[in-house]
Amino acid sequence: MTTATLTSGLMAVRPEADATPVKETDMAATSAATPALVSTPDNSVSFGEHFSNFIRAVLPPLIGFALVIGLWALVAMKSADFPSPAKTLDAAVVLFSDPFYQNGPNDQGIGWNILSSLKRVAIGFGFAALVGIPMGFIIGRFAFMNSMLEPIISILRPVSPLAWLPIGLMVFKAADPASTWTIFICSIWPMILNTAQGVQRVPQDYLNVARVLNLSEFRIITKILFPSVLPYMLTGIRLSIGTAWLVIVAAEMLTGGVGIGFWVWDEWNNLKVEHILIAIFVIGIVGLLLEYLLLLIARRFSYGTN
Amino acid sequence: MNAIVKVENVGMAFETKKGSFVALKDVNLQIRTGEVVSLIGHSGCGKSTLLNLIAGLTLPTSGVMLCNGREIAGPGPERAVVFQNHSLLPWLNCFENVYLAVERVFSAKEGKEALRARTHAALEMVHMGHAAQKLPHEISGGMKQRIGIARAFAMEPKILLMDEPFGALDALTRAALQDELIGVMEKTGATVVMVTHDVDEAVLLSDRVVMMTNGPAATIGEILEVKLEKPRNRLQLAHDPHFAECRAAILEFLYQKQMKKAA
Repeated sequence: MTTATLTSGLMAVRPEADATPVKETDMAATSAATPALVSTPDNSVSFGEHFSNFIRAVLPPLIGFALVIGLWALVAMKSADFPSPAKTLDAAVVLFSDPFYQNGPNDQGIGWNILSSLKRVAIGFGFAALVGIPMGFIIGRFAFMNSMLEPIISILRPVSPLAWLPIGLMVFKAADPASTWTIFICSIWPMILNTAQGVQRVPQDYLNVARVLNLSEFRIITKILFPSVLPYMLTGIRLSIGTAWLVIVAAEMLTGGVGIGFWVWDEWNNLKVEHILIAIFVIGIVGLLLEYLLLLIARRFSYGTN
Repeated sequence: MNAIVKVENVGMAFETKKGSFVALKDVNLQIRTGEVVSLIGHSGCGKSTLLNLIAGLTLPTSGVMLCNGREIAGPGPERAVVFQNHSLLPWLNCFENVYLAVERVFSAKEGKEALRARTHAALEMVHMGHAAQKLPHEISGGMKQRIGIARAFAMEPKILLMDEPFGALDALTRAALQDELIGVMEKTGATVVMVTHDVDEAVLLSDRVVMMTNGPAATIGEILEVKLEKPRNRLQLAHDPHFAECRAAILEFLYQKQMKKAA
């Protein structure tokens, strides 16, 4: 959603850029367009154009949200259990006015719940990176390891990570590490596979450079392999964090404790449906932010295509 | 006869799904210290294959390749390569790209300061000192190739191998880089082997032009000596009768003797 708005926002600048006689890069064109906007007498026209472009970018998402909320209000009117948008908003204001209260282990603010879910994701995810990335390098570099491990990974990858939850409970004898364990399991596959693919796709040109310069193995890894695999690795990380955030909600529902998934289940037991709706929004927004953050990091490390 | 590279009865066959494909057969060539040799021929005649063999990136299936009296067993920094697509590492800036090569060759004997000075000198030589801190994707194709050339020369190789170094550039940029290369070769007295498919480029830059027959089983057809005074100037050469003669000889070889059937 955010990205869609952003790109259409960028698109909105384009017609102005095309009007300049010399074709330049986007950035140069926009900066060239701005002084023209001030100096030309018909600047009211270009302002109007800007405004209509802005409307064009913002209006469709707004209509989309309005439709969903309208539909929701209709459903709420017909049903006794379903809370109306206004009631949910009131509940949200109360919730978010004090997100960090603590009344014992089973009654904590929504802020604590989100944070403890994020903490589990971070730990499981960190271990997955620690194991998965080196393993991806090994599989990508050595054909023997690839054909040895590939069938095992192919069988295990489609399994829902929740199927591993009992194993985690058995091994760790506690709920908290068990749900972290499911995150580890679901994050590790995309990391291994994408890293391995990145290693296999290091351009032959770069390897030829390494051979002609006769670089040491250390230099090859730090200056050639790692930087060229990094974008693939980041894709793997982005995919796994998406799945991890999906899985943690389900895992916490099963294990209990503190966490956004457990909170959803708890509020269902309390029959506070408006809180469940809030949780759905919150989970969606946090997932979106995680994804967006990783996109930003990935963009930082994507070098211009030569 | 002071030959730095000797190619003796070299053949190269690739294994394909349809059986073995003979790319080169019975190639004999000697490259003398300080001379510039061009390899020219129609596409697919194995000129790049021959260059890769000298570079050591591939090994011949028959025959002997010697560099400085020793067999070529793999690539090495004494045989620097300028690749057609420049092959700069996109995550290193221009300075770091050249430094990587300099460091590898000279770090055993010289300190950091000397290595940095060498790198700067190499960049200045191709007039790219101003772009030292730029990443490859921030500069033009011609500039990238200048950096590629700087990287190769900075290693002070015994022989410089260039695989269609200006093939991906437009005509004007290509001319500018050829002049640049003439200047650099003049200064360093480098031994150069260059693959090209540009007849003018071959005559302008080389002491000898090696013309290759069409593949498969390509070999050396003729060798033309270019007896033009150095340094050469492209404007004066345009009216030089020997230049025209050389050009005509190559064109005759390419388009009469080795005419490709239905390109």
